[in-house]
Amino acid sequence: MSRYVSFRDFDWVLLGFVLLICGLGVMEIHSATLHTKFAGSDVKQIYWILGGVGAMFLMSLVNYQALLERIHWFYIAGVASLMGVLVFGTKALGAKRWIKMPGGNHFQPSEWVKLILILAVARYFAEMRSRELSWSDFMKAGAIVGIPMLLVLKQPDLGTALTYLPIAAMGMFLGGLQWRQGLSVFLVAVIGISVVLYVPAISHHVLKGYQKQRLASYENPDLDPQGSGYQVKQSMIAVGSGGIWGGKGSQTHGAFLPIPQTDFIFAAFSEEHGFVGALGVLLLYFIVLMRLTQNAQTAPDRAGTFVVMGVVAVLSFHILVNVGMVVGFMPVTGIPLPLMSYGGSSVLFMFLALGMVMNVRMRRFVN
Amino acid sequence: MFARDEKVSAIRLTAAQYAILAIFLILAYGLWRLQVMESDYYSLAAEKNRIRNVPVLAPRGKILDRNGRTIVDNYPSFSALLLRDSSRDLAADADLIGEGLHLDPNEVRARIRHFASMPQYEPIFLKEDITPDELAFIESHKNELPELDTIMVHRRLYPRNGFMAHLIGYVGEVSEDMLNQPQFELYNQGDIVGISGVERQYNAVLMGTNGSRQALVDSHGREVGRLGETDAIPGKPLKLTLDIDLQIAAEEALEGKNGAIVAMDPRTGEILAMVSRPTFDPNDFAVRVSREEWNKLVNDPDKPLLNKAIQAQLAPGSTFKIIMATAGLQEGIAQDMHVVCNGGAEFYGRYFQCWIKERHRVHGVVDITKGIYQSCDVFFYTLAEKLGIDRIAKYATMLGLGQKTGIDLPNEVSGVVPSEEWKIRNFKEKWFAGETISVGIGQGAVAVTPIQLARAIGGIASGGMLVRPHVVFPSDLPPNLTPASDTQDKVQVPLDAKNWQIITDAMADVTSPVVVDATGQTWSGTAGAAHLQGIDFAGKTGTAQTISGAAKAKLTNGKARFKNNAWFVGVSPRRNPEIVVVVLWESGEEGPLAARVAAQVIKAYVDKERSLPPKMADKPKPEGKVDVGAVWTEPDSDGGKDKLQGGHFLLDVGKSRVPLATAAPGIN
Repeated sequence: MSRYVSFRDFDWVLLGFVLLICGLGVMEIHSATLHTKFAGSDVKQIYWILGGVGAMFLMSLVNYQALLERIHWFYIAGVASLMGVLVFGTKALGAKRWIKMPGGNHFQPSEWVKLILILAVARYFAEMRSRELSWSDFMKAGAIVGIPMLLVLKQPDLGTALTYLPIAAMGMFLGGLQWRQGLSVFLVAVIGISVVLYVPAISHHVLKGYQKQRLASYENPDLDPQGSGYQVKQSMIAVGSGGIWGGKGSQTHGAFLPIPQTDFIFAAFSEEHGFVGALGVLLLYFIVLMRLTQNAQTAPDRAGTFVVMGVVAVLSFHILVNVGMVVGFMPVTGIPLPLMSYGGSSVLFMFLALGMVMNVRMRRFVN
Repeated sequence: MFARDEKVSAIRLTAAQYAILAIFLILAYGLWRLQVMESDYYSLAAEKNRIRNVPVLAPRGKILDRNGRTIVDNYPSFSALLLRDSSRDLAADADLIGEGLHLDPNEVRARIRHFASMPQYEPIFLKEDITPDELAFIESHKNELPELDTIMVHRRLYPRNGFMAHLIGYVGEVSEDMLNQPQFELYNQGDIVGISGVERQYNAVLMGTNGSRQALVDSHGREVGRLGETDAIPGKPLKLTLDIDLQIAAEEALEGKNGAIVAMDPRTGEILAMVSRPTFDPNDFAVRVSREEWNKLVNDPDKPLLNKAIQAQLAPGSTFKIIMATAGLQEGIAQDMHVVCNGGAEFYGRYFQCWIKERHRVHGVVDITKGIYQSCDVFFYTLAEKLGIDRIAKYATMLGLGQKTGIDLPNEVSGVVPSEEWKIRNFKEKWFAGETISVGIGQGAVAVTPIQLARAIGGIASGGMLVRPHVVFPSDLPPNLTPASDTQDKVQVPLDAKNWQIITDAMADVTSPVVVDATGQTWSGTAGAAHLQGIDFAGKTGTAQTISGAAKAKLTNGKARFKNNAWFVGVSPRRNPEIVVVVLWESGEEGPLAARVAAQVIKAYVDKERSLPPKMADKPKPEGKVDVGAVWTEPDSDGGKDKLQGGHFLLDVGKSRVPLATAAPGIN
């Protein structure tokens, strides 16, 4: 099969919006870290973005179908790297999430496992034999995502593990999930979560101390004014005090908002730019997501659609959980806001994911 | 199996888009809720987050004497503060704090609980006047204990050794009880206010208003900027009517004795000196007095905390005879009254003795003048019998006894002027005529304070013009602070010029070593030994029994508390005096001895008036060391910003300073 591949078919509009969001992120990182020990993070973030854009172009050149054909190897490598983290990983803040790389950088395998999972799920559903999802397909797809998820939970990194869920969910939904299956998954999830949270004997074994604390302080922030409940409270104060047009950002600059350049970047942005600014950013994300969905619709094959929608699922989930946390709807989970939050792994993942989307788009005119 | 190019369900893709739209609408609602609907609430929360009120303490006003010399000053000292808005578990840190500041951790915790109801931004004062090593502890634990802070405060420096302690009073943390009183309702817990004396009476003048500094703080409670500062309004200096020189003379005159001295200018009511003994050191109260120390002071039978000049109500003894003489002369009875004193007389079936009988002598024929200078009891028994208790009570009340003088000091007591009506009201008993006879010589139920005697007898010597005593010049006070008092500033009591002359001349005879009576016999005034050469010094002695003679005889073990109180009321000059001095010497036994104490004060006054250096001031005394607090800045060894240091020094004071008042700067 010969295909006509050209950068003319590259989604420049999408890239434009993505870079606009990144630019706002860099601006906010600059402002939030100006007089702190993190000063200069904005410049580093620019390097990460440039690196990400490069990685995106490279990724877009590799035929995604070729990747899909070799996905089982990638999958094995991904699971192995997660196991490697558990064995050789660097312990930081009570969790093993990073592998130290030569050159002083830390590498977080759980991020690129996300990419592998998007491809693996896409391959699985693309090759599925029926329009309706059978229970055995359901279980197999669940296992594909479930195994790495358990390994990440073991690190422990609940937040990242949760980001694997929407990949499976989106795949299953588009792959023909029946309403009975959806309902039973929903029920199992509700019962499971309630048991873990509210049966002390079980939650004692399942949840780590800090996780219990986070949940408890989400329910009652005043219990632990310096802990995660405090963070959410400060975040809400930051967002709320921004008002409609934004303010001086005393929450951010007074260090009331903890590490505002990463997970709470949206709170910092909302404080400085108000409701208008925050809504503008949400709109940009919405445009990006709609553009991605449009690319999914025009994908050359089923697998392409699943790949793009996998990216959409991960991105939407990140935005939901992160912004939800910032406005006080959700507990602290440690999930960054893609494209805006400071952090190399997160930026690289997003651009590699976008690279895959471009990859699919550039091959939309199949002959 | 379907082909690879079989499309994914378009409906499901659209559904996914709507799901994303729903997510975004929810998030947009979250933003709307915080930033539009509840923006005001969160803006306020953000303000509270970053603004911390740091108090700027207003120094209390100095207390000065009538010539502007400093009696009470302030010195800088450091206090340890606990900031509660740094959201740390203070109770858990209490152990470390207690260790570093030498406090009991449980006391620290108790204090945190005690102040729990106060607004969070108000710091708690943990310890006042901390030592340099405690200051160093706080400085070096800035990271471990960010809630600890120090503040420079101006602490009261009172004269040492209890000099003028009762009059000045002392300051302390406002108590729960005081906060419930209308006078203190505007104060907050932890405020330092006057607890007694002038410090309390004129707290509103002296205290000033604390300012505050609105500091911008970050989440660690570190100051990152300043928003504004409300300046502290320092307390105003307060000038007293007192004269330090005379006060020193009075303090020295009463040294080693129990009792009180009041010196007043009877023309104006200005108090020139006021002493009460035993005394206490108010510097001990300026920090926090320990319970033990406090109990010791409260339970001391000599009542060192009592300002006896206005709070001791005791039988006036023979000094009351001046009031009796005024009543007798004004009623037209005493002028021509001649009584034969045979060492005693019988009234209402009971024998009343004259003091002279103990000397195995008699007074013979006694008129009003001799009755005063020889303090003949028989004369005044007879006069009391003729006047009757109600007329005595009328004059005593007119002359201000049995009521507060209205002096501008807290907790003055009113004394007792007995009458028939008084006895029925208080004892539900009829007045016995025999009681009148005892009252005639200032015994029995009659009880006065030294300040009342000063006002009454000073008033009689001034031709019946009674003044309201005061320690602060009323003209210096802001109009809203003029003390509310029932007593008028000036009261004219009717006193005929002739009677005035009789009484004052007789009082001058009291201090004369040689007086010749109508029969040509030579006598001496009861205070003849206190005679001051070249000074017109008049007065009246008093020896008041604290227990009846009969009871005393039964309890012959001669305990000090059964000893007589010695009184003397002296004026100079005898008519329209410039000064009236009342001396109460508890257990002093003899009025004439009190007269010598009064003479010392009168002499110091007259000597000063005559521009002679007061004798008392240049008495050589051993030099002492004075504890002085100080702060200074020192460059940091790392070359950083200057560091504030604080400490105490023992300064050697030269002989030129009068030891009684060494701590009060300005006394030379």
